[in-house]
Amino acid sequence: MSGNRSNLAAPQADEGASRSIAFQGRRYDVGPQETLLDALLRGGAAVPFSCRKGSCLTCRLTCLEGEVTGAARQGLRPAQIERGGFLACRQRPRGPMTVALPDEPAASTAARVTEKQILGPDVCLIRLRPETPFAYRPGQFVNLRADDGLIRSYSLASLPQQNEDLEIHVKRLPGGAVSGWLYDSVAPGDSLALDGPYGECHLQGEDPAQPILLIGTGTGLAPLLGVLRDALARGHRGPLRLYHGSRRPTGLYHHGFLSALARRAPDLAYHACVSGDEAPAGFRGQRAELAAFEDLAELSGWRVYLCGYPAMVQAAKRTAFLQGASLDEIHADPFDLQELRREPRPDDGPPRTDTW
Amino acid sequence: MTQSLFERLGGEPAVDAAVDRFYRKVLGDPAISAYFDDSDMDAQRSKQKAFLTMAFGGPNSYTGKDLRAAHKPLVERGLDDSHFDAVAVHLQSTLQELGVAEGLIGEVMAIAGSTRDDVLNR
Repeated sequence: MSGNRSNLAAPQADEGASRSIAFQGRRYDVGPQETLLDALLRGGAAVPFSCRKGSCLTCRLTCLEGEVTGAARQGLRPAQIERGGFLACRQRPRGPMTVALPDEPAASTAARVTEKQILGPDVCLIRLRPETPFAYRPGQFVNLRADDGLIRSYSLASLPQQNEDLEIHVKRLPGGAVSGWLYDSVAPGDSLALDGPYGECHLQGEDPAQPILLIGTGTGLAPLLGVLRDALARGHRGPLRLYHGSRRPTGLYHHGFLSALARRAPDLAYHACVSGDEAPAGFRGQRAELAAFEDLAELSGWRVYLCGYPAMVQAAKRTAFLQGASLDEIHADPFDLQELRREPRPDDGPPRTDTW
Repeated sequence: MTQSLFERLGGEPAVDAAVDRFYRKVLGDPAISAYFDDSDMDAQRSKQKAFLTMAFGGPNSYTGKDLRAAHKPLVERGLDDSHFDAVAVHLQSTLQELGVAEGLIGEVMAIAGSTRDDVLNR
């Protein structure tokens, strides 16, 4: 069949208006017949793109200043649109704009280690106090830069509205360069470099009564804890269901804390799930996501957060969707998904240590 | 002036209402789900949305050439009329569940059906 290109006609741009676009410290003038992507490419900007017609979503940028046209938002998720996301290939600017790549850091800062606690075998909690003001939503992640330049992502379990220091959970992986350094060597008083925040794994939605399901394995608990504590602090009234999974009971490194939290919060149910060893009394003897999907067969209207082992996240996203959750209301750590795409499928083996 | 099919169906909000329901049916059907890459479900859902927009008579940039190129690897893996028919049934039942009038469903199914030869690379 033939394409219906005539309907693609964009709003007519005013021929005389300035359409100067600021991007990565340079300015690009958009011609009257050009899209923003055309102008950036013509000017030699390094911007990723593929289909040039709004299908592949590769050329997504963030608008920092100026006006985004409706056509340029089609196909994006509400959370992306809320943060100024748009597609460069569908944007015909009507005036000047300032734009950025979607993952360009909002801020870079040094942060001082204020506390380090061992929580379990090879898991520690580190608190960091940024040296310049650092805004974020609990559950988003930051990139930490080690002394040798290696960068790893860690999610934030802390609450900015209570002036808490940044809280990260670090799992020491065998041969993991950054996690080993954080676990073994970093001490209170040390200064680390970080940038961020990134990601959309944070409390979203307008409805304080919406039921929320959180499933995490290992230190995937950290962002879920951020979301959960944010919801409680904001007076969330709907059910909160947290499933934390590990192969061994000792891997459920926050069991005492979470049990106590659930006793204080009537709407919160916490399920400790052990998939490898025999489960002690009070623990579920199955994988976290399987326990959750067994308990909650109907997820229509639920908001779902998934964090942890990439294969679990991907499988759980599919099941949550098939059991009724809207894709727009399923949130996962994006760096996990990206790693999944870059790496061969890690079917059953241990996580690749060089990615942490 | 008479309204276009897309307008009579309710425009983009109608596509939004249909897309999750339609994609869930397709992904949940073991006879065809293997042909829908689920490694990036958000990207896959965007493709379903583009398809529905086209089938609803809305503004889209699909061409026969695009449809052929996109489905060629799937045809090489065995995509045939039975799979096309299964997707069509899911589309029809999605629209029925949303309470779309039978006449409008017929128009949508005619547009979707017109893509059969391009999709199957014939």
